[in-house]
Amino acid sequence: MTVLRSWRYAVVICAFLGVVGALCWRLVYLDVINQHFLSRQAEMRSARVETIDAHRGMITDRDGEPLAVSTPVETVWANPSEMDPNDPKLASLTKLLDLNLGQLRQRVRADRDREFIYIRRKIQPSLAKAAEALDIPGIYTRREYRRYYPAGEVAAQVVGFTNIDQQGQEGLELAYNSWLSGREGAKRVLKDNRGHVIKDLSLIRDAQPGKNLHLSIDLRLQYLAYRELKAAVQEHGAHSGTLVMLDVDTGEVLAMVNQPSYNPNDRSQLQPRLLRNRAITDVFEPGSTMKPLSMAAALESGKFHMGSEIDTSPGYMRLGRYTIRDDGNYGVLDLTHIIAKSSNVGMSHIAMTIGGQRIHDMLYRFGLGQSTGIGFPGEAVGVLPTHIDWKPVDEATMAYGYGVSVTALQLAQAYMVLANGGIRYPVSLIKLDRPPQGVREIPEGVAADIRHMLEAVVQEGTGKRAQIPFYQAAGKTGTVHLVGRNGYESNEYRSVFAGMAPADNPRLVCVVMIDAPQGNQYYGGEVAAPVFSRVMGDSLRLLNVRPDLNLDSQEVAGKATPEKSGGRG
Amino acid sequence: MIGRDYLRHMPSGHDDLGQRRGWLVRLHLDPLLLILMLILIVGGLFVLYSGSDGSIQTVEKQVVRFGLAFVVMFVFAQLDPSVYRRWSPWLFGVGTLALIAVLVAGVGAKGAQRWLQLPGIPRFQPSEFMKLAVPMMLAWYLSRQPLPPGFKAIATALIILGVPTALIVKQPDLGTALLIASAGIFVLFFAGISWKLVGSFFGLAGLAAPLMWFFVMRDYQKQRILTLLDPSSDPLGAGWNIIQSKTAIGSGGLFGKGWMQGTQSHLDFLPESHTDFIVAVLAEEFGFVGVMLLLSVYLMIIGRCLYIATHAQDSYSRLLAGSLTLTFFIYVFVNIGMVSGILPIVGVPLPLISYGGTSAVTLLAGFGILMSIHTHRRMLVS
Repeated sequence: MTVLRSWRYAVVICAFLGVVGALCWRLVYLDVINQHFLSRQAEMRSARVETIDAHRGMITDRDGEPLAVSTPVETVWANPSEMDPNDPKLASLTKLLDLNLGQLRQRVRADRDREFIYIRRKIQPSLAKAAEALDIPGIYTRREYRRYYPAGEVAAQVVGFTNIDQQGQEGLELAYNSWLSGREGAKRVLKDNRGHVIKDLSLIRDAQPGKNLHLSIDLRLQYLAYRELKAAVQEHGAHSGTLVMLDVDTGEVLAMVNQPSYNPNDRSQLQPRLLRNRAITDVFEPGSTMKPLSMAAALESGKFHMGSEIDTSPGYMRLGRYTIRDDGNYGVLDLTHIIAKSSNVGMSHIAMTIGGQRIHDMLYRFGLGQSTGIGFPGEAVGVLPTHIDWKPVDEATMAYGYGVSVTALQLAQAYMVLANGGIRYPVSLIKLDRPPQGVREIPEGVAADIRHMLEAVVQEGTGKRAQIPFYQAAGKTGTVHLVGRNGYESNEYRSVFAGMAPADNPRLVCVVMIDAPQGNQYYGGEVAAPVFSRVMGDSLRLLNVRPDLNLDSQEVAGKATPEKSGGRG
Repeated sequence: MIGRDYLRHMPSGHDDLGQRRGWLVRLHLDPLLLILMLILIVGGLFVLYSGSDGSIQTVEKQVVRFGLAFVVMFVFAQLDPSVYRRWSPWLFGVGTLALIAVLVAGVGAKGAQRWLQLPGIPRFQPSEFMKLAVPMMLAWYLSRQPLPPGFKAIATALIILGVPTALIVKQPDLGTALLIASAGIFVLFFAGISWKLVGSFFGLAGLAAPLMWFFVMRDYQKQRILTLLDPSSDPLGAGWNIIQSKTAIGSGGLFGKGWMQGTQSHLDFLPESHTDFIVAVLAEEFGFVGVMLLLSVYLMIIGRCLYIATHAQDSYSRLLAGSLTLTFFIYVFVNIGMVSGILPIVGVPLPLISYGGTSAVTLLAGFGILMSIHTHRRMLVS
């Protein structure tokens, strides 16, 4: 029995050691041979790379007033599969977040098989922190950013907006997206099986916040320009309108407003037509506002001078099949009064004398038919036609602004050249930190002569309603037949005013364009000029520009009510 | 036969720890076994603290539970082996009846009836009780037969073993049934059945395996075996546990990540990290060295138990001690085997370390019996 017992135990012990050996081998295999692989596996499970959102840069006006800001907000979300719909703490959550307890429980019950539902999106961080402090299983918060546009509809088309992922979709938000975006950071975090971040392990790279964008826009001027444009568009029942104001010495855009507009903070009712930054994207025939530019070509040619006189009678002119008309028979006019009365016949004479190519070249030097260099998405360049063999009618119509198309911004840029004595600067929506490089396009004397003609337009011509209290304004009206399906519409007009002030040493240039005003008033001098007057007057005062008129002479001008037929264009 | 009652009963330590008879021995406790168990239990509490993610309540409950289990062990150690021998048939009978009662009126969860709720006594698991009663009964029966047992005795023993095993399979609790069956087989083995029979038993087991697969095993049990063969076939479902525990063990490397530093357990990737899979926590935090230390302590405990079994003074004690020892070994092997991915996942806790109630009490009761066998020695009339 002892023998039996001992070998039996020997077998047991052998079997036993065999089994233990197997276990040990297994552990060696896992711990030593496979360790590298399995360690990486363990790390892959728990250590994750998370992105750190970069804070999107702010867009401000030239004085630092915010136009677009990203504010951190929190979103409260839930994982219903981890939740108990009858959790008593849910009552305090719904009270905190102003929700309906019954509905929340209903949702949690209905979405039991889902792992993500929003509870409340984009709320104040303090509120979210309080919600988190309730420590309800399955309730989480996450950081998001919300883009606010404090100026709302006033700068909507210029500033544009971002989508939900904070990427620019329109306007300057789109044009300067990479500047504003910054770079996402990344960090390694330790996450548990439920996806909670337990701790930050290491920073791979810090998020680089986007840079701020300082616009050339002066929000004060932008506001009042918007106010006046909107009032005018409403008053005249117009289809749309736009206004551009430039700093004469830098080419910076101080105001750029559009009607109709939209609220970028609530884009639920957004229509595509509201998005258009009409000052830059829409071209129109400039009509009579081209005359001063053509006149510059006339003066520069040497064939005309300030004293030149032209007989415009009998108030019309036949060119083949076409008839060019003035609003009346103005008789003999000097150059100043051709501009002041906006005589098409007079301009046509001049054009045929100096030749179409000379006018074309001058308009090109003013920047027509080219990009303004503003770098805004969807900028239109318009059309500046050229001909090998200029026919008289082409020469004539180009001289008074038909057959040419421009944007309001191009027109403003051209008038800026007149205003600052002949130098063309690139136009900028971004605040410049050094003076821009300009190109002299016309002699200083020619620019001064044209300014004097434009003063006459305001003082005694078609643009009397553009007069500004205390400041001498200079500018040109334009009234253009709209192009419809069958050529020019006889009853639809575009009302334009382009001008500057103060006339002696202009600081600001402003173009007002109002599309399809309804009712009896449609002339540029009636619809667009008053907007110019109000906006420029307020702007000059805001900018502390020294007045150049005394009250006496102003009163005289103030009494002079513009005739209804204030002159064509 | 040895072990007659008229022999003078004398606690004696001739062959253990020198000649000194300590106070522990007088209390019928085995000092070496007790020290080894305490090392395991106390060390296990630290792992438990980490495995339960720093829950001091869990550790406290475990301490209370082991306190109770120690009381049970102490009581069991006081009883003379002859008492067990006399009571064996009765305990077995009561246990079998309780198993029948479980099938008729048991309570349970997850599609299995394992618990018996009787008025007046706390809810208990009869199958747990049978882990002791079955080897006791077989040891009682076989010790009354001439050894090695003849064919008839073996057949009877297999019937005695078969009834409770079948009842437990029926619950169903295949894991426990297999443990109890192996405990019974160990008794037979120690009783000295011939090698031919041992061989044919393994042959039968080999034949039975496919039959079991098709007729006895349930889908979830088959799934466990399939998962063992290829855990990545369902990494988020059935394979999850084993993939996570292998990862935990392997990522611990040679020396581990340090106490409370295991990512697999602390970040909730490792399921059951304080119960059945606690050895993965140990391996992740203390590495290969830690697991080897654990295994060494287990081996020392088993060695001591085998020593007790070989030095038992009568057949009944020897058979019972041998069976209890091998069952304990099976626990350790099956648990570590399943956690390290060489055995299918069955709900076997790591003895003396895993968090859990009933099995700790049964286990320590078994150690109490072993201590009783070793300390109630009779002077041999030489």
